Amino acid sequence: MFSCYIVTFCSPRIRKTSSMAGMELLSDQGFRIDGRKPKELRRIQCRLGVFNQADGSAYIEQGNTKVLAAVYGPHETAGGRGKALHDRVLVNCQYSMATFSTGERKRRPRGDRKSKEMTMHLQQTFNAAIMTSLYPRSQIDIYVEVLQSDGGNYCASVNAATLALIDAGIPMKDYVCACSASFVKDCPMVDINFLEESSGGPELIVATLPKSSQIVFLEMNSRLHEDNLSKVLDVAVKGTKDVYQVLDNAVRDHISEVSAFHKLDQS
Amino acid sequence: MLTNKIFLKKTKKGGVMKIVREHYLRDDITCGTEICAFCNQKSPCLQENPSSRSGLVTTSHYLLPDTNVVLHQIDVLEDSSIQNVIILQTVLDEVRHRSAPAHRRLKDMISNPDKHFYSFCNEFNKDTYIERLRGEKSNDRNDRAIRQAAKWYADHLKKCDGNLKVVLLTNDADNKSKAKDMGLEAYTIYEYVKSLKDAGLLMDRLSVPDTGLAVEDNRVQFPEHLPLLEIQRGIKSGKYLQGTFQASRENYMEANVSVHNDDRMIFIQGHMNLNRAVQDDVVAIEMLKECDWGCPSSLVMEETEEKPDDADIEGEDLKLKRNKVPKEQRQPSARVVGIIKRNWRQYCGILQQSALKEATRHLFVPAEKRIPKIRIETRQANVLAGQRIVVAIDSWPKNSRYPHGHFVRMLGNVGDRETENEVLLLEHDVPHNNFSDSVLSFLPKMPWIITEEDMKRRRDLRHLYICSVDPPGCTDIDDALHYRELENGNIEVGVHIADVSHFIRPGNALDKEAANRGTTVYLVDMRIDMVPDLLSSNLCSLRSNVERFAFSVLWEMNHDAEIIKTEFTKSIINSKASLTYAEAQMRIDDKGKNDPLTLGLRGLNRLAKILKRKRTENGALTLASPEIRFHIDSETHDPIDVQSKQLLETNSMVEEFMLLANISTAQKIYEEFPNCAVLRRHPSPPPSNFDPLLKAALSKGFSITVSSGKELADSLDKAVLPEDQYFNTMLRIMATRCMMQAVYFCSGTISESEFFHYGLASEIYTHFTSPIRRYSDILVHRLLAVSIGADASYPELLDKYKTQSVCNNLNYRHKMAQYAGRASVNLQTHLFFKKRVIDEEGYVLFVRKNALQILIPRYGLEATLYLNTDRRKQGPTFEFDEEKNVQRCGVVTFHVFDRVIVQLSIDRSNIQHLKLKLELVKPEVPGFSVPKASQRDVNLDEPPTKKVKT
Repeated sequence: MFSCYIVTFCSPRIRKTSSMAGMELLSDQGFRIDGRKPKELRRIQCRLGVFNQADGSAYIEQGNTKVLAAVYGPHETAGGRGKALHDRVLVNCQYSMATFSTGERKRRPRGDRKSKEMTMHLQQTFNAAIMTSLYPRSQIDIYVEVLQSDGGNYCASVNAATLALIDAGIPMKDYVCACSASFVKDCPMVDINFLEESSGGPELIVATLPKSSQIVFLEMNSRLHEDNLSKVLDVAVKGTKDVYQVLDNAVRDHISEVSAFHKLDQS
Repeated sequence: MLTNKIFLKKTKKGGVMKIVREHYLRDDITCGTEICAFCNQKSPCLQENPSSRSGLVTTSHYLLPDTNVVLHQIDVLEDSSIQNVIILQTVLDEVRHRSAPAHRRLKDMISNPDKHFYSFCNEFNKDTYIERLRGEKSNDRNDRAIRQAAKWYADHLKKCDGNLKVVLLTNDADNKSKAKDMGLEAYTIYEYVKSLKDAGLLMDRLSVPDTGLAVEDNRVQFPEHLPLLEIQRGIKSGKYLQGTFQASRENYMEANVSVHNDDRMIFIQGHMNLNRAVQDDVVAIEMLKECDWGCPSSLVMEETEEKPDDADIEGEDLKLKRNKVPKEQRQPSARVVGIIKRNWRQYCGILQQSALKEATRHLFVPAEKRIPKIRIETRQANVLAGQRIVVAIDSWPKNSRYPHGHFVRMLGNVGDRETENEVLLLEHDVPHNNFSDSVLSFLPKMPWIITEEDMKRRRDLRHLYICSVDPPGCTDIDDALHYRELENGNIEVGVHIADVSHFIRPGNALDKEAANRGTTVYLVDMRIDMVPDLLSSNLCSLRSNVERFAFSVLWEMNHDAEIIKTEFTKSIINSKASLTYAEAQMRIDDKGKNDPLTLGLRGLNRLAKILKRKRTENGALTLASPEIRFHIDSETHDPIDVQSKQLLETNSMVEEFMLLANISTAQKIYEEFPNCAVLRRHPSPPPSNFDPLLKAALSKGFSITVSSGKELADSLDKAVLPEDQYFNTMLRIMATRCMMQAVYFCSGTISESEFFHYGLASEIYTHFTSPIRRYSDILVHRLLAVSIGADASYPELLDKYKTQSVCNNLNYRHKMAQYAGRASVNLQTHLFFKKRVIDEEGYVLFVRKNALQILIPRYGLEATLYLNTDRRKQGPTFEFDEEKNVQRCGVVTFHVFDRVIVQLSIDRSNIQHLKLKLELVKPEVPGFSVPKASQRDVNLDEPPTKKVKT
């Protein structure tokens, strides 16, 4: 049932765990550090069409993670015909993080190893979701900029890019929604923030096509016993469906707003 | 559900980082009261109509303590009469950061449904959350948050109608007055507890505030402890060292500090230098100048009863200083400058009543000699006298000789068997409550039958002649053996271990309980099981003629006991006989018996001898420790006779195969799980540990080489005195004392070169053979089962950090179980000698400055023969020759290993603290030694165990 199942197992990143030792990620009363329950998402706010220059654009806030996405295309492949693909569109992504997006100022907004990896992941994700065969020999550019980072950067980037692609009117198989999950005290936790991410526990990131429940991207950090994998995956997938609801509402609101503006009939 | 308000919490970290965190405020946090109709809640835990026993607040009310009340008065809160308490999240968090034990106890109370404690998440509630004001201290902010929550509760309860009130308990005057201004009911815990009906016992459980007892004698003045910040700075710069404080058992004015991240032991002497540190505290120390270094006085010193309350401790210190220590004996010494972490627990002991009849302040004498006396306040000294009580330390102000504490609970009469056992278990932190219902619910349902499914997964070994060999009276049989000759001329040997992991599934309550208990504890007259009785003595016990599940190790060996093939399998066995060591020995020796079982035993015995020889050649040590058995009267449970345990060939036969099974298993699981195998290692002791042994052996003209285990074993073998049979055994006992503790560990946490087991001279070792009584073996069983594909793994099993933390607990429990066992033997010895005075042969094990340490082989006990004591004013004096390590008195000289005759009796001068007393009979020292027991008119009256209440 999975159309595209990419599994990347990364070695656990070196993280600042020592100072977090005193944190209780999940209290006995069942609350997380920020007051959420294990299965609650952070607040999502989003807007479509934030730039006029781009063909499509969107802005999303998932808690304190704030991401801007802009889409150009489809257009002629930049840099000559050499790069063009004869049977499908070339999806070109660029992920970057603003220097002011993290607690400590970042030196390089893009081009470092982590950003390159993220760029690649985004490319893989959207290659699986865009109807690429409709635009052979052309190119679509997706620019993603993280303005503020508080965990779940990939997820917010995917969700923002989805909205921007919709805003640009590029045909896709479905929305692509992404969500992360972790596993603490035998309990799966959805949509983890930076604090929970950096505690050293497992982190599962999944991007799905929510209507068909197809997984287009899956990544996992740190160690998680296989018995627990399905539990964590289930809540993450459930999370992507919840995200879908929010995005879909936003799109519908946006469309009705725009169409009212253009005095178009809504039938 | 979410109110979707984002609050920013800013914390400065390292002075530069600004951290922004989301904080969701909710409207779905329930109040937890039964009366409330607004909060939509399941099973609220605060009762609708809590009865009030307080004179201050006559209507029903809930209590709402602030952080300091919870931290310091947790003993009061634990009392069963305190119910219906609201614990705020603010309080819970603060307690968590400030005291781990208090937090654990608080959590236990919250989860206990009978206590009706409710934890209210006020920080996440939109109505009770408050933001820290500019310039407000975080403590003040928390106090305000607590008041805010109390206010919310008051309003909320009013809205729910009824006369329910909420009472804020705080000892902070400022907080209290502010709360009163807000219209809240607020009292200090003292006011509240005093107002309770029959508050007597509860009053004593109140912890005394620092300021309460300021009227101390100002002669006593300890140096101030340094603030934590300064300590940290000092440690960083190397000025101070951090270590764990280990008080001396023998002398209350001496202690050692084991420095962290270092193997050094630093010596500390004198009250001022000890500076109020208590056993197990983490302290900061500062090294003294070399000219001030001291050495252990080899003086056995106990705090005597007669000493006045606030004896001049400076005077005592001065006395120490006067006798300067010669250079060569000096040990690195230090003084305590500050306490990094107190590790106080609750202590068992007895009350030492104040001389004044009406006094409410009394001293408490802990059973553990390393703990100082504690001053407590009680109005019921009469009731408590002659009782074993539990006391907690509250503080140790610098102008008090003793720490201040408060009474926690009463255990029972001193000298009662149950009370004394309880003390023993409490002092050694042995969990000994009955198994809870949730634990028992995971036991298999009776009658238990073997299903087809089970048969399919296991190898059927019921046809083999398997038997078990154990000590008499053993009901938890966890190992059995078999031997058979194969057609190809080789031998098949099988070790079958009870398959406990089949019944105890990972992660359930039963498993958690077993993991916490860690080991079965054997006291002389009772056994505290690790797993419930149904498993330990029935379903898992490999009794004869019943079908039982086993985990089998099968070896194919040749006749030289070389292993050709090793196989592990889960199996079903049917033991043909449960033998005792003596029975098995008889079968082997009885030439007339030739049934398959006996033949098998003989074969095993032959192989075991070969295995043992090989092992010894490899450098395995044979050590000795005196072990004894009590014969206990079945009616009175008093010990009638004592016997040292006999060692038969069959003991060593079983042992050899268990060792072999353990080693084979260790190799297998390490191969399969290089990162998370549970193994056991025995570090080789540092050479300095052997000093007393070398010195002692040299006095008899033997040199012992300790550079390797093999050499030590060989030189021990050679050190034999033909005229003194016991000499060699004593050397071995001394050698045992030099050893390090063997420990469990997880293979991923240390390098492979450290896996070595010194005592057994094995590269790798683990425990596999006693899963009924050791949790480590259960873990090993699970690992082994996974590696042969018989069972599925689970997350915790493969997590090396979790495994290591389980191992740490096991090591601790194991050590404590050992101590508890020894203490129990001591207790029985006391009971045994209560009615007897006996002359017995003994040997001098150590010569101390004012005493001889005597080993009595018949009873396997070691006791102190005091030579020069303050109490004995007349009579001859002994001279201690430190060079030669001897004590002289006239013509009589005592060396190490000298044979003496001593008279054993119980010193009843202190009814509450019975002591074993030694007196010299032979060699005779006029004016010191006593006549033989038979020639003395010995008063054998039963001592008054129960003190008449006055």
